[in-house]
Amino acid sequence: MLNAIALLGRYGLNRLATLGRAGVLFVAALWGRPTLRPGLSLLVRQLFNAGVLSLVIIVMSGLFVGMVLALQGYTVLVRFGAVEALGQAVSLSLVRELGPVVAALLFAGRAGSAMTAEIGLMKATEQLVAMDMIGVDAVRRVVRPRLLAGIITMPLLAQIFNAVAIGGAVLVGVKWLGVDSNAFWVNMRESLSFGEDILNGIIKSLVFGVIVSWIAVFQGYDSEPTSRGIGEATTRTVVYSSLAVLGMDFLLTAMMFGVD
Amino acid sequence: MTTRTARQRQNDDYIQIDNLHFRYRDRTVFRGIDMRIPRGGITAIMGPSGSGKTSLLRLIAGQLKPGAGTVRVGGTDIHRLSRSALFRERRKMGFLFQSGALFTDLSVYENVAFPLRAHTRLPDTMIRDLVLMKLEAVGLRGARHLMPATLSGGMARRVALARAIVLDPELILYDEPFAGQDPISTGMLAALIKRLNDTLNLTSIIISHDVPETASIARHAYVLADGQVAGQGPIQEILESRAPEVRQFVKGLPDGPVPFHYPAPDYRDDLDLGETC
Repeated sequence: MLNAIALLGRYGLNRLATLGRAGVLFVAALWGRPTLRPGLSLLVRQLFNAGVLSLVIIVMSGLFVGMVLALQGYTVLVRFGAVEALGQAVSLSLVRELGPVVAALLFAGRAGSAMTAEIGLMKATEQLVAMDMIGVDAVRRVVRPRLLAGIITMPLLAQIFNAVAIGGAVLVGVKWLGVDSNAFWVNMRESLSFGEDILNGIIKSLVFGVIVSWIAVFQGYDSEPTSRGIGEATTRTVVYSSLAVLGMDFLLTAMMFGVD
Repeated sequence: MTTRTARQRQNDDYIQIDNLHFRYRDRTVFRGIDMRIPRGGITAIMGPSGSGKTSLLRLIAGQLKPGAGTVRVGGTDIHRLSRSALFRERRKMGFLFQSGALFTDLSVYENVAFPLRAHTRLPDTMIRDLVLMKLEAVGLRGARHLMPATLSGGMARRVALARAIVLDPELILYDEPFAGQDPISTGMLAALIKRLNDTLNLTSIIISHDVPETASIARHAYVLADGQVAGQGPIQEILESRAPEVRQFVKGLPDGPVPFHYPAPDYRDDLDLGETC
């Protein structure tokens, strides 16, 4: 019994220590004056890796999610003779919830796992230590641009996801199922509020960007420098990021759109 | 007179290690070792696997912190420096990793140029000249456009050596430079280390298992065993030492003070033979 309590205590302390290391890494990565040379070029390269290379999966997923939403929405709304509200239903679901959440989950799987694997491999092949030995801060050189790139690209990717998904919904709802185009767009425009819906959606995706990128860079930096260690760290990035995004989404939704 | 002699000796020693204690996880690696690395020569640090040779190199470079004791490099207590001061101090050091540790996303040229770009504001034309000079010194000027993944082990180590000397350091730390190399590469690397040390007037520390090759270029040697210095002195004295730990290592004897068998329960008990046999 005592052993079990001791084990539980040790597990708790280890988790706490891990959280502490993650906090230290986050502060160390963002601390200090950003530099134009070579900071900007490193950031641009990571913006390309995290943002541009994630575009295909974001666009394709957005298209299909929008098409499915329109199809499901239509089958429900048609029973009540309210198919004109399709634009409103689709856009609210996307802008408030699905856009930020699904884009963040896809980002964790595509860019987050790549960040973890890359940093983990750099650690395993002693590239981070070599940088340190040359007198270059590996946290600022390797971790900072990846963290910033994730935070910057996440809201942009979520907005692209939303736009493509709405396009997919138009394809299915208006072009295929024959919902009136005017009613679709007018209802969407009237129901969406910039302050309450769009801005809150952007804030959500910004928070998700911080969470996913932070988890990804930390898991890579803290990984055991073996092939198994890197594999486990990559898996942890996807699992922890997904759970953190979904949990945080509930909290943010309760804060932003909570019932009075 | 005595004070002057002591100061002179201190100046001759580029690295002074006093009463160094170090633990890694639950294992005691060093139990109060003292070392003096003379300025301007090649010093070998040898010892069986797990004797803490690489840890010692990292303690000298300030990457690991000792439990107790001091490490002075060029008169500076390396573990009392702030992070930025330590990074400045490291510009005077070159470190050759066992794996080479080349940056895999950069070409050979960019790998060697990396320290220059990070620490100087030299124009590109000057960086180019310096990089080509260092690559020429290691015989790889023609390989400047290659990526690290396409290099052989020996070539990767030579590129890493060019990168280590590009800032003209005072000290170079070599971690197993001959490990996993064929005889041609080993001979080439040994000659290169000797030539660079002599022409650039460096202080070099080599960690190696390769006794004959290391002995051919080193002037002094330390042998580490069981957390302590088992032997030290000019290389010839080490090769002829009668101390059991040194002799076992230098002669490559399979059993001795460093046992062949890892500690284990009784063999008969392990095989469940009991009293019947």
